[in-house]
Amino acid sequence: MNDIDDKLKIDLPQAKTHSPSGPPGDGTGPANSVLENAGLSLEDQQLFCDAAPVPYEPYSPEFIERFHNWIRANSMWVLAFGTGCGAIELNPLMTSRFDANRFGIQMRPTPRQASVLIVAGYSSVKTLKRIIRSYEQMQGPKFVIGLGICTINGGMYWDSYNTIKRLDRYIPVDLYVTGCMPRPEALLAGFMELKRKIKAGECDGANRYVKDFEWYKANQKRVIKKWDMPDYNW
Amino acid sequence: MFELNRLSEAELESGKYTKIWHGPQHPGITGNMSLELTLCGDDVVECKTHVGYLHRGFEKMMERRTFIQNFPIVCRIAVPEPTFNEYLYAAAVEELAGIEVPERAEWLRCLNLEMMRLASFLMWLGGASGSFGLRTVYQWTVTHRDYMLDLFEEMTGARIYHMYITPGGVRAPLPEGFTERALSVMNGIEKLLFEIERVVLNNYVFKLRSEGLGVIDPGMVDDYGIVGPNARALGLARDVRKDSPYLVYDQLDFEIITGDKSDAYNRTVQRYQEMHQCISLIRQMLKQVPTSGSFHANLPNVLHWKIPAGQTYVKAECTRGEYGYYLVTDGSEYLRRITIRGPSYTHAIAVMEKLVVGVNIADVAGLMVSLHTYPPEIER
Amino acid sequence: MGHAGLQLVSKEFMQQLCERLTQRFDCDQILHQKDDLSFLRVDKDKLESTLVYLKTHEGFVHLSFVTVIDYIEDDIFRLSYMLHNYESKTDLAVQTEISRTASTMHSIHHLWAQAWTYQRELKEMYGIDFPGSPRVNDEFVLEGWDGPPPMLRDFDTAAFCEERFVEREGRESQDVKQTMRDNLYPERGEV
Repeated sequence: MNDIDDKLKIDLPQAKTHSPSGPPGDGTGPANSVLENAGLSLEDQQLFCDAAPVPYEPYSPEFIERFHNWIRANSMWVLAFGTGCGAIELNPLMTSRFDANRFGIQMRPTPRQASVLIVAGYSSVKTLKRIIRSYEQMQGPKFVIGLGICTINGGMYWDSYNTIKRLDRYIPVDLYVTGCMPRPEALLAGFMELKRKIKAGECDGANRYVKDFEWYKANQKRVIKKWDMPDYNW
Repeated sequence: MFELNRLSEAELESGKYTKIWHGPQHPGITGNMSLELTLCGDDVVECKTHVGYLHRGFEKMMERRTFIQNFPIVCRIAVPEPTFNEYLYAAAVEELAGIEVPERAEWLRCLNLEMMRLASFLMWLGGASGSFGLRTVYQWTVTHRDYMLDLFEEMTGARIYHMYITPGGVRAPLPEGFTERALSVMNGIEKLLFEIERVVLNNYVFKLRSEGLGVIDPGMVDDYGIVGPNARALGLARDVRKDSPYLVYDQLDFEIITGDKSDAYNRTVQRYQEMHQCISLIRQMLKQVPTSGSFHANLPNVLHWKIPAGQTYVKAECTRGEYGYYLVTDGSEYLRRITIRGPSYTHAIAVMEKLVVGVNIADVAGLMVSLHTYPPEIER
Repeated sequence: MGHAGLQLVSKEFMQQLCERLTQRFDCDQILHQKDDLSFLRVDKDKLESTLVYLKTHEGFVHLSFVTVIDYIEDDIFRLSYMLHNYESKTDLAVQTEISRTASTMHSIHHLWAQAWTYQRELKEMYGIDFPGSPRVNDEFVLEGWDGPPPMLRDFDTAAFCEERFVEREGRESQDVKQTMRDNLYPERGEV
C-alpha cells in the first residue's frame, strides 16, 4: 500500500537482519513448557503466571496481514524510557522542530500501550534488567530500535565493567541507528526504515524472542546476577 | 540533627501504607533514577532513592586511558550539560602540566560555557513547567534550545557532545557571521522568556502548586552541601564565578542574583532571572571576544605526555551549582585518580529524601525537577 | 589569567591557617597548590577532631567531597576530605592514610548530613567500612555485584569484560601510538 511517507524514504544500504549468533532458529520453543520463576520467593511465585510466552500468528488471508502491517507502521508508539545518553536527542525529536508526531510516533508512559522500545545508548546491567521487564510487558508485535553505537558493540564503554557490549544477545533488535549521538534527522531516517521493514513483514523480533527464549534467558541470567524477578514478565 | 525516617516492619505490614516505585521508566523524573516511595493515601511518608542505572565506571575507565584519550569521553559524564566536564578536565590537566592558555581561547571557552548554561536552563524550564501540567512551554523551550544547538554546531561541529575544549585551548575559532546569528537567537530567547514570565510565573495554577513545595531551610544548606540556585534562592550570595573567578568572568559585568525563600516557585524565579543574566553575559562576550590571536597553546607530543606528580581541585559554576574535578597524577602517562563531584550528588539523594516527606504524590515530579538534578553525574 | 589571580589575602590566610593546624594537630605534607587551595595530611585518629575544629572554629562549613586514592605500591588508601570556606573563599583538603587490608575509618555522618552518601559509595567501590554510617551496606550503584570492589587498582576491568560480556566479532583495538607511528612516520622507525 503506497502512502505519503514513502516519498520521504531515502536509499539506505540494505541492512541485514541481525540474527543471534547462537543456537539455531528452530530453538527449544517452550510453547508447552512451564517456567520455574526460581528467582522469586514462594509467596510471590503464586502471583505470576508460569506459562511460557507464545508467538503471535499472522492473520491468515495475506492481505489482512499486510493491512495490519500498514497500520502498525503508521502508528509506532514509543515507550517513554530514557535509558541512556540517546534520550537527550529524543526531546528535540518529539517537539515542534523535528516533530515525529506527524509520522504517527508518540511517547507512551506505559509498556502496555507501546509498540516500539528505543534503547537509547549504553545499558548498564541494572538498566538492562528494567529494559527486559519493560520489553516483556509490551504486547506483540513489538519492535526494538538500538540507538547509538553502544548498542552495537559497546562503543566507548568497551572496557567498562558495568555496561553490556551487544544488545541483541539479550533482546531481539530490529534496527540499529548508529552515531554518538545520532541527530534527530538520523533517527527519523531510522524510523522510515523501520516503517519499510514493518510493511514488508521483516520485523519479527517478538517471535524470535519466543523461539529462542532459552538462549535469551541464559544470556540475561549470565549477566544479571540479582535475578529477583519472574522468568517471564508479561 | 540528622535522622533517616524509616518505618518499622510492623507498620509496613499493617496495610496502611503502599509502596510504589517512581521508577526508572517514568515520564516524571529528570533522568534515569528511581524513588521508592512509601505512601499513606496520597502523601509520601518515606523515600529511598536508587541510583546506578547509568553507572559506567568513568573514574576507572579514565585511569586506563592516556591524558589525551580522555578528553573525547569526558563530556559524556553529565549528559544534558556536557561542556563543563570538558572545561574542568582541561583546566585540571593544564594546571598540573603548567600550560598557559592563550587569551582568545579563554574567551571562546567562556562563551561556550555560558551558551551551554543557557541551553541547559531552557531544557530545565520545559521540564519544570511540564511537570506541573504546562506542556506547551516544553515545546517552546526545546525548540529554542534547538536553535542554540544549531549555534553549537556552527561553533564546534556537533550538537550535543562538542569535544571543543581541549587541554591547551579550543579546537577552532568562531566562524564568520557567527555574532549576528547568535545575537538574533538571543533576541528570540529573550522574547520567549518574557512570554514565559506571563504564562508560567504569573500562572495561578503553577503558583498554587509550587509555592511551599520543597522548602529548604537555611540550616539545611551547609549540612547537606546545597549549592547553586537552590541555595542562592535563599539569599546566600555564593557563586563560583564571583568567589573564585575562572576564565574571563572577572572582566564581565554581572551581579550574583539572590532571592529570599527557597521553595519550588522561588527556585523557578531564581533560575528565570539567571537565564536573563546568561543572555546578558553572552551579549557582552560576543562584543569583546578577540578576533585574532592563537586559540590553542602548543602541547608536547601528546602520545608520550607525562604530567608531573601533583594534585589539584578545579571548580566551575554550572546551572546546578558547584561542579568540581579532583585530579591526582603520579608522573606517568596515565592519571592516578580523578574524582568528579557533581552538584546532584547531594541534591538528588540526601536532600531529596528529606524534602519529599509529606509531599503529595502528584507533586513529587515537580519537586524533583525544581531541585534540578541530573542523574548521570551522580553515578558517572 | 586562568585559575590563579586572587588577592594576597588568601595566600597569607591559608599559610597562617596551616600553621595553626600544625600546632594543634601535627599536620605534615602541606602543599599550597594555589592561593585558595591547600592540601595537608594528618594522622588517622586526629582526623575527626581536625574536621570538627575546621568546621566550628575556622568556618569551613561546606564539605565538597570525600574520596580515596589507592596507593597499591605502598599498601595504603589515602582519604581526602575537601572542605570549603565561604567567607574567605578557600578550599582545604585534609588527607589521611589507612591501611589497605581490612580498611575501616571513622564515620563523619554526624558532622555533615550528606556524608553518608559518600561513605556508602566508598564502601562499595573500595571496600572501606565506615561503622555506624546509615545504610552503608546498601548497594549504591552496582546491583548484584559479585566481584571485588571495582575501583581497586588490581581489578582489571578489560579482562573482566572479556570474560563476562560477549563482544561483537570483527572489532579490533589498535595501540594508538603504534598506529600513528606506522601511518605518519613509517620511515622513521622510532619517534
